[in-house]
Amino acid sequence: MKGNFIDNLPKVYGIYTGGFIGFIIIMAIAEQMGMSAKAIGIAFVAFTVFIYALIGWLSRTAQADAYYVAGRQVPTVFNGMATAADWMSGASFVAMAGGIYFKGYGYMALLVGWTGGYVLVASLLAPYLRKFGCYTVPDFIGTRYGGNLARFSAVVVLTVASFTYVTAQINATGTIASVALDIPFQYAVYIGLISILLCSMLGGMRGVTWTQVAQYIVLIIAYLLPVFWISNKMGAGFFPHFMLADEVARIGELEQQFGFVKNAAADLKTVPKGLAGITKAHSAVNATPWAFISLALAMMMGTASLPHVMMRYFTTPSVKAARKSVGWSLFFIFLLYSSAPMLATLSKLSLIDPNLPTGIIGKSIAEVQAIDWYQNWNQANLMFVSDFNGNGTLELNEFFMGGKAVVLATPEIAGLPYVISGLVAAGGMAAAMSTADGLILAIANAISHDVYYKIIDPKAETAKRLLVARVLLVVIGFAGATIAAMEIQGILGSVIWAFDFAMSGLFFPLVLGVWWKRANRQGAIAGMLGGLAAGTWYLVWVRTGGSGFLGITQLTFGIFGSAVSLVLMVIVSLMTAEPDKATQKMVDDVRVPSGKTILGKSH
Amino acid sequence: MSNQEKHWEKSRGLLFITLAIWFVFSIGIFLFGAEMNEVTGPFGYPWTYWFTCQGSLGAFVILIFWFANRQEKIDEEFGFSEREDE
Repeated sequence: MKGNFIDNLPKVYGIYTGGFIGFIIIMAIAEQMGMSAKAIGIAFVAFTVFIYALIGWLSRTAQADAYYVAGRQVPTVFNGMATAADWMSGASFVAMAGGIYFKGYGYMALLVGWTGGYVLVASLLAPYLRKFGCYTVPDFIGTRYGGNLARFSAVVVLTVASFTYVTAQINATGTIASVALDIPFQYAVYIGLISILLCSMLGGMRGVTWTQVAQYIVLIIAYLLPVFWISNKMGAGFFPHFMLADEVARIGELEQQFGFVKNAAADLKTVPKGLAGITKAHSAVNATPWAFISLALAMMMGTASLPHVMMRYFTTPSVKAARKSVGWSLFFIFLLYSSAPMLATLSKLSLIDPNLPTGIIGKSIAEVQAIDWYQNWNQANLMFVSDFNGNGTLELNEFFMGGKAVVLATPEIAGLPYVISGLVAAGGMAAAMSTADGLILAIANAISHDVYYKIIDPKAETAKRLLVARVLLVVIGFAGATIAAMEIQGILGSVIWAFDFAMSGLFFPLVLGVWWKRANRQGAIAGMLGGLAAGTWYLVWVRTGGSGFLGITQLTFGIFGSAVSLVLMVIVSLMTAEPDKATQKMVDDVRVPSGKTILGKSH
Repeated sequence: MSNQEKHWEKSRGLLFITLAIWFVFSIGIFLFGAEMNEVTGPFGYPWTYWFTCQGSLGAFVILIFWFANRQEKIDEEFGFSEREDE
């Protein structure tokens, strides 16, 4: 191929996408010829992980700016894809449609929150941080406010938030690897981890960028293909996003007809842990405005504070490109997020509508228990039925399912070939791996660049800095995997906590660093540490039986943390001396796109 | 007022407009979620349901591109846009 790699990107990824579709077709043919479901699952996961590892190896580098910011030459659209993969985690891919299926409107606050946050990223932060020319988010805090304590505080907040998040992602890669490769979870976690490290260790941000683009392509095909296929197969419409109004209305009708019967506590005890029944209306407004808005707001502010997202915009060639790139990121995220409610609708209708051949409500219990897919997913501990009222017929309140089943089992229920289930497993793996990579890299880079290089040993040579960065990558990965293997927390809960931690400590110090010239070091340190402490205190308090106030729950504790952060930052800044002239000049320079970056190309 | 101050004043103005539109789609409409859901909206979905599934999400995408274009215009107007070779 002629020309350099960057110019050939559309061609390279075009060939890659074609190759992946070819692989799906080969698997489909192999399935017809009798290849076993298990072999297809293994082939999908092994093939895609091999490709990512290959990209990781090809992107190896020994240069600091390639390792930390991919050489700042990632084109707008490709950076958008990489950010979308970085952003959409195993939770988005596997658990989101399930959450919408069970909780309806109240849960969809996450859809609004996890997209609306990008408006804040584009308008308040990304272009300015790009102009700054930093390698990491603490790099910005440390230079803008000055001093090692400010830098270190930012590293602390970043580590708390990102580490909470990364254990959940390694957990998700382990879950998928254990199902697809049929090995115990404790080992699968480490297989997942090794796959993750293969992408990031040699090439740092450069390796992660080009694998994330490849992972986005896999995950979006794996999510959209089943949604369109199922919709067409059910006759619900060839473009589900615009054509499911009748299905949504029909679910409402069926809900009226069946009613939401409350199960006795003794009956519910017999249901396996983690499974839930349908107890909330599908499309009705079932949450108070504040419950919805507070959750959405917490996720939006958390989005604008999460360092692994912010650092993706350090890789664009210009400030202008950083802004546009945020738009492309959200567009690629939108493709998946707007499909999740459609998948939830199709999945629910196909299970509960007695007029459809796949519907199971109203059938006899014995008949349901004899269905192949029911037996499979019952064994996987993701489906359960029980005849509570003893009438021999399955009622709506007697059917239970795990949240992951909506994405994982719906293709099988709708009668799609197994190749689709293999594809979905590869997609889930791509989603979890790409996010885990971004997070581990964010933590390792912050510690290697900000703590080791900037604070401990400013004279270290590039080779030594990159060695430290890589060792940290492995150490942090293994620490995350060890905690993930203990399975102490659910995937989605810890993801939401990560957003709350990040916004508690970082939102206002970042935003005011650009938008309020008067903000100074003392204020920023008070804001970061005070906000993080206040948020953590609130979480512990509510978890240990505290009543909470203003309707702030353990999922939205960041609203309290960031409010404390803002108040502390403003009061302490105003009580202490204003920043010196050089710092004020720095802020002025950040605010205009033209001219040199604040920090040199290699710093 | 210097060129740079004028540029910043205009940028700040654009920020407030952007945040106001953002507020409408992320918070404003959900204050009236229950009332609005009674009305049939685009493609036949209930209004509030449609906004949470697609409407607000799509509005954010458009808003960011609109913001980026406007900001570029402001940068050009005051001569602060980047040269290609930088």
